[in-house]
Amino acid sequence: MAMRKVAVVGAGMTKFMRRAQETGRELAFQASRMALDSCEMTLDDIDAVALGTAPDAFDGLHMKGEYLSDGAGAWHKPYMRCYVGGGTGVFAAIQGWYHVASGLFDTCLVVCEEKMSSCQPHPQGAFITIFDHTTERALKPNLVWIFALEMNRYMTVHGIEKKDIARVAVKNKRNALDHPCAQLAADITVEDVLNSEVLAWPVQRLDISPTSDGAVAIVMAAEHVAKRITDKPAWVRGVGWSLDTAYWTSRDLYYPKYVEYAARMAYDMAGITEPRKEIHVVEPYDPFDYKELHHLEGLLLADKGDAARLTAEGVTARDGNMPVCPSGGMLGVGNPIAAAGLMKVSEIFWQLRGEAGKRQVPGQPQTGLAQSWGDLMQVGCVVILGV
Amino acid sequence: MSANIENFPGTPLSQADFDEGKILTTHWKPKLEYGWDAGVAISRYLAELKNGRLIGIKCNRCRRTVVPPRVVCEWCWEPMEAWVYLEDTGTVNTFSICYIRWDATRAKEPQIPAVIEIDGASRGAGILHLLDEVNADDVTIGMKVQAVWKPAEERSGSITDIKYFRPT
Repeated sequence: MAMRKVAVVGAGMTKFMRRAQETGRELAFQASRMALDSCEMTLDDIDAVALGTAPDAFDGLHMKGEYLSDGAGAWHKPYMRCYVGGGTGVFAAIQGWYHVASGLFDTCLVVCEEKMSSCQPHPQGAFITIFDHTTERALKPNLVWIFALEMNRYMTVHGIEKKDIARVAVKNKRNALDHPCAQLAADITVEDVLNSEVLAWPVQRLDISPTSDGAVAIVMAAEHVAKRITDKPAWVRGVGWSLDTAYWTSRDLYYPKYVEYAARMAYDMAGITEPRKEIHVVEPYDPFDYKELHHLEGLLLADKGDAARLTAEGVTARDGNMPVCPSGGMLGVGNPIAAAGLMKVSEIFWQLRGEAGKRQVPGQPQTGLAQSWGDLMQVGCVVILGV
Repeated sequence: MSANIENFPGTPLSQADFDEGKILTTHWKPKLEYGWDAGVAISRYLAELKNGRLIGIKCNRCRRTVVPPRVVCEWCWEPMEAWVYLEDTGTVNTFSICYIRWDATRAKEPQIPAVIEIDGASRGAGILHLLDEVNADDVTIGMKVQAVWKPAEERSGSITDIKYFRPT
């Protein structure tokens, strides 16, 4: 199959906020405009638009993709909205990639937006609809249950303690102090995490990312266009995605097999045989602190049950051998669901171009990986960029 | 690029913005109602719950028995047709001690949701339910539990016909 080379050539984002004055449409416009400005392109240069955003129930809007289309610059253009739960942000970039790789379009604007504050009193109320209506919802579940159940399984199978997991929250919230868009940057300690309110043990307040409003956009271009736009294109070297069964109580939650499948697909495409040596900077999905560890293992960047040790030894620190979430991640920057995933792709783009400012990891990284995850703990999406 | 931008767009709102009446907001409460048909496999599951029994289904090709029952094996994508009665006992696969309700409000007494691997189903095949009649601090993964049923006349063909599971 002949696929064209595709690069990320521009990126933009809004601040991530508990509640924004702007509407979702306005946030989408701000991020999209910034992404185009960053590579000195205009909307006329864009052949197609790919959009990622959460289900309509979140916003109380029917056909949210259409609602956001004006802000996302989709007027009179081929336009497509995707949604795979929390995996959406990275999947939208994959969608942008195949729009261009296929040869159908030379350029694609990828936009992800989320305004979670509209769902009141709390978007938890909309999350209940992810559970099976007949066999689960009668038990009045909430979304944190499944994270708590997965976290407990992961901790117990490997004998990992909460303090080992709390280090991830400490690291990411500190990293976020250097991110100008961060919502929950903080200099906290492991004790602060362990003493925070217990929501659904083992999940405590500081283990968890916030709900946020925000938008992120990137510009993707085919090789001949990318080389005219910039002398520093970040090439998409590999993509992968995979889904596990929605019968989530029938599989062992301690290990995200679907993330491994997504990663293997992306590594194969990128020709990466030793990911621990060849991936220089990582942005795994971290809506909860244990998820960063869980995903590093699924990405084959840590042995099963060993990611907590890597964190304790500083391997995953911004100046460590394998920097993980140098942006500050969703724990620190914030979690406007689809936008948070695309923020991770943007961070890898900025890191590889040496444009991450105070967040820049040392050593001029050549290859980086962004990953997102979602739905009923069953979706894995991976993008590998290289310069 | 990111390094050169001083002012990223976006305007965070504070409580004061609302207190001072600076922000105009429109509210709407949807009134929606749904009636979900249980379908082929779950109808049998619910009917058996009403009888006070758990039933699963086996894929003869994968030799795997799962619960709740389903009409297709997600592994081999062959139809599943071999119904299997299961015990109403099982093993705690994982659990949580939960102080928040579905709408993120706080509860004083915790609920203990758990995935329970049901005896008679294949290893790892479990259902979501609640634990009770146990001190939250005493629950462990691997603990043996048994269903506590509603009295027969109160059962309606619902997962809540099992009130909860308790340690055996």
